[in-house]
Amino acid sequence: MDLLIDRFNYFAYVVLMMIGLHAIISKRNLIKKLIGMSIFQTAIILFFVSIGVKEGSTIPISEHHAEPAAEHGAQAGHHGEHGSAGHTNNPDHFANPLPHVLMLTAIVVGVATLGLGLAITQKIYRQYGSIEEDEILEKLRSTDV
Amino acid sequence: MFDHTLMLTILPCFFAALAVTACGLWKPRWSLPVALLSVGISLFGSLAVLAEVMTQGRVQYFLGNWSEPRGIGIEFNVDPISSLMLVLICVVSLLSLIYASGKITEELPGKEPLFYALFLLLMGGLLGICMTADAFNLYVMLEITSLTSYALVAMGNGRRAAFSAYNYVIMGTIGASFYLLGVGYLYIRTGSLNMADIFRIIQLESLQGSPTITVAFIMILIGMLVKMAFFPLSGWLPNAYTHAPSVTGNFVAPLMTKVSVYVMVRMIITVFGIEFTFDHLPWGQTVVWLAILAIVAGSIMALGQSDLKRMLCCLIIAEVGYMVGGAWLANIHGMTGAVFHIFSDAAMTLCLFLAAGIFHHKNGTGEIGSLEGHFRKMPITMAAFTLGAFSMIGVPPTCGFFSKFYLIRGGLESGQYGYVVALLLSSLVNAILFFRIFETAYFGNLSEGHHDAHGNDDHEVEIDEAPPTMLAPLVATAAGLVAIGLFNSEIAGFIQRSLTPLAVGGTW
Amino acid sequence: MGEVVESSKPLWACLVSLLAIVPIVRNRRSPNVRDFWSFVAAFAKFGIVLSMLPLIRDGKVIECTLWEILPGAPIQFRVDAMGMLFALVASTLWIVTTLYGIGYMRGLKEHAQTRFFAFFALALSATLGVAFSANLLTLYVFYEILSLSTFPLVTHHQDKEARRGGRTYLAYLLGTSVGFVLPALVYCYIKTDGNLDFSPDGALSGLLSGKEAMVLMLLLVFGFAKGGLMPFHSWLPGAMVAPTPVSALLHAVAVVKVGVFCILRVITGVLGVETLRAFDLGTVIVWIAGFTVIVSSLIALSQDNLKRRLAFSTIGQLAYIILGASLLAPKGLTGSLMHIAMHAFGKITLFFCAGAIFVANGRKYISQCKGLAREMPFTMTAFAIGALSVVGIPPAGGFVSKLYLVWGTMEADMYQATCFYLVSSFLNACYFFPIIFAAFFQKPENPANGIRESHPCCVAALCITASFTLLLFFHPGPFYWLANMMSQVVF
Repeated sequence: MDLLIDRFNYFAYVVLMMIGLHAIISKRNLIKKLIGMSIFQTAIILFFVSIGVKEGSTIPISEHHAEPAAEHGAQAGHHGEHGSAGHTNNPDHFANPLPHVLMLTAIVVGVATLGLGLAITQKIYRQYGSIEEDEILEKLRSTDV
Repeated sequence: MFDHTLMLTILPCFFAALAVTACGLWKPRWSLPVALLSVGISLFGSLAVLAEVMTQGRVQYFLGNWSEPRGIGIEFNVDPISSLMLVLICVVSLLSLIYASGKITEELPGKEPLFYALFLLLMGGLLGICMTADAFNLYVMLEITSLTSYALVAMGNGRRAAFSAYNYVIMGTIGASFYLLGVGYLYIRTGSLNMADIFRIIQLESLQGSPTITVAFIMILIGMLVKMAFFPLSGWLPNAYTHAPSVTGNFVAPLMTKVSVYVMVRMIITVFGIEFTFDHLPWGQTVVWLAILAIVAGSIMALGQSDLKRMLCCLIIAEVGYMVGGAWLANIHGMTGAVFHIFSDAAMTLCLFLAAGIFHHKNGTGEIGSLEGHFRKMPITMAAFTLGAFSMIGVPPTCGFFSKFYLIRGGLESGQYGYVVALLLSSLVNAILFFRIFETAYFGNLSEGHHDAHGNDDHEVEIDEAPPTMLAPLVATAAGLVAIGLFNSEIAGFIQRSLTPLAVGGTW
Repeated sequence: MGEVVESSKPLWACLVSLLAIVPIVRNRRSPNVRDFWSFVAAFAKFGIVLSMLPLIRDGKVIECTLWEILPGAPIQFRVDAMGMLFALVASTLWIVTTLYGIGYMRGLKEHAQTRFFAFFALALSATLGVAFSANLLTLYVFYEILSLSTFPLVTHHQDKEARRGGRTYLAYLLGTSVGFVLPALVYCYIKTDGNLDFSPDGALSGLLSGKEAMVLMLLLVFGFAKGGLMPFHSWLPGAMVAPTPVSALLHAVAVVKVGVFCILRVITGVLGVETLRAFDLGTVIVWIAGFTVIVSSLIALSQDNLKRRLAFSTIGQLAYIILGASLLAPKGLTGSLMHIAMHAFGKITLFFCAGAIFVANGRKYISQCKGLAREMPFTMTAFAIGALSVVGIPPAGGFVSKLYLVWGTMEADMYQATCFYLVSSFLNACYFFPIIFAAFFQKPENPANGIRESHPCCVAALCITASFTLLLFFHPGPFYWLANMMSQVVF
């Protein structure tokens, strides 16, 4: 039970992934398959985001107090994580922003894939008049004699 | 010298893709020259990188000059294997672009600028995969290549192009997602995304026994196995490559699966290290058995095909089995053979696909039966096809013989006799397949029986060859097959520079 | 091994026929010019080979490296006594075969003659490549090129039978070379740490255990299936669908001789006499070859098709050669090498005769040969001489080589081998003499025909080879001392 609560995010994402996979494999409607694929990708994104969580942490935006320009310049190349003497820039206080950043990319990729999938489905519909996989396979088989 | 040769190789692709799209709206006739120019610049860049790697051992580049701390900046790192891959991708791109320029108005009328734009993006993505040293950047590049290849396959006007592309989308996305998941697990445990850094942290904190790292490896491996069409995860490949327009097929077929194999090799040698992969993980033998299964399955499937391109696709599945098996033999000759086979197979696949495209162009169909009497009708194409076939069978001095030589050597040294037997059997199956085609092309019309004409030869069968834009890349590739074969020991030696114990984290 | 001389002559000998393909193809519309070029190439090749003879006689070895294709196993030519012998046989007989081929193809008004002569030239290049190979890899490369370049020749008629014959041909030859020789080759490379050169003591001497040597030997001996050891012999009768000049090429000039040559190289240069003696593997090959000798002679007795009977006779004779070498005795090896030459001349005569009979009056079967000597006196006399040589009766050259072979069996104390030789000689007589008897002493079915020989080129060719067969009995010449020289080097 403790394990379930401690690692809740893992269980959640596995369940979501399986739902997505199940939809891909067992659904016959092309749109539903795409939705399943989307759920699959989203589960992974959620998982990644969840690992950036820290108890009692705040959003990773560093607060700039009045500091000498030189030190500020030295910090310019780093994110808020690697703070120097400034006591407000203690990395332990901030949630890890890196997974979020990575997932922005992944979300974009997911959106692009979904858009592409939908465009292809549209083309299939125009060609076969149906978006049910069974009907399409039937049409293919009958013309493939 | 110029410090930014790496960026010279990859950036023109992305910028040119934008330029070509703009051309498409404004002056479509400029799209081909812009694309050719971009590929030319990339080829030049990749050769410069190769020269640098030959002298200095590797090229390292930090994007935006963000070198410290590692893991924040995106690093590009090119070692001997990567530099050869870069040249391979550029050369194959150039040859298929030349072919495409001749055929595209016929296959995809009105969509030329779109095709070229996607082509350039795909090329850029492939180059990026081979030069990046950051695991997540690899995912981004992988998805760039995947998305563009889905679109390129779906662009076909044939009946089944869109449906095959749909299947490809689903399977490909699952594969890439598994890879992403694997990278996620690596990040959780090591806190870094930079390949060399991950390796350092695994060694430093002795994480080899950690289940997280093992699961990460499995996820990444499964993801790449889907992408490289390793049997039985290969269901998407025959349909996708057969029904894609031939201009797409020629470009995607030689490269996509091979680059995925490269990623697997890169993960094994740079990120996880061979000690972890072969000594800690207990299932190396299982992978070799699965590879044997892939080789056998691919060969058997190929025997049942009557369409030339489909047959070649099934042979690709068998060849992937060669490479995976070779890599997992856990000795240096097997790994050298697997990497050498990447280049060899890319050249062979390009040659055979180009020839198949020409046949389809001339005969209107891809059926093997339509090739009757082609030795007389299309001597140059058939000669190039014959060279490609000999390379697949493994006749010296083509490159196919030498990849088999290294792989068999690796197999014998590791005692994997099953793998060696599978390799030999598949060579013989290839011989059967290609000689069936030669019989059709040579014997022509059998019902005529004995002597045809009298005395003076060859009652004139017209020579009806393909146009030069399609023929030139084919002849160049066929020549390349022999060249790779003749220079195989230099190439293998160069590859082995990436496989030194220092580079791969352990002794073979 | 004697002093090494660097020269590009072996390369030129090999290339001359390859280069000739260009004028042959370009002149496809003028048959006389085209055939002239075939002759030019044949004589040039013979000339170059002959010019290397004095150097070999002095005990030197001619080397020519083409390309460093694998570390330690370059594509390299090295001409020693054995290679020289084979090259002489091949280049001499090519001249005669070209003459015969012209007569045959024109006599039958065959199609695609240019393709025929072009691939012939290619096959001869590959044959010389094998003869001059310096290491196992080069041998393998040219062996494969030979298999592939003879395929269009075997399937020349392009009908259903040709297709079937071609399939059998390739299935056996490619199957054994890829399936057996390739892994053996790689294994040798691993064991010798990257050095596949033929060496007089055997490249693998001292490196193998008994089991490894046995496996390797079996793989290589059966793998070079052109040598015709049973059970991988079926390609040879299957290849009889080819036109007769091709059969002559297959049986005498190139293909089967390449096969036994490769096996002899394996025995002497790769595995080595020491290793074979140490593990008593010579006896194994003796039994395999002996079995082939007897069984093939028996099968030959039952064949009515003349060419098929000759095919099985060849299988037996090849096994003679392999048997002689596997005796691991100096006289045995000398006999084997001489028999390559003697059998070549004898067999080619027999095939020329069979083809001439077919061209003249379309007969393929022995039962049709009654009284043929009245119609075709030159042909049948030559046939008789060829038969004498194969059976091993003086004054034909075959007697000399058989003498040495039998002597070798006694030297090696392998009396079962002596039995094999004597019994099979008897069987050879049994299947040849009925033909000669029928032709000379029986009444023909249509007695009114006068002398009706086949095309003059064919007759000229077979007369030349028959005369050589007789000549070799009296002056075994270069074949004798080359064979002897090789034996001395090996033992």
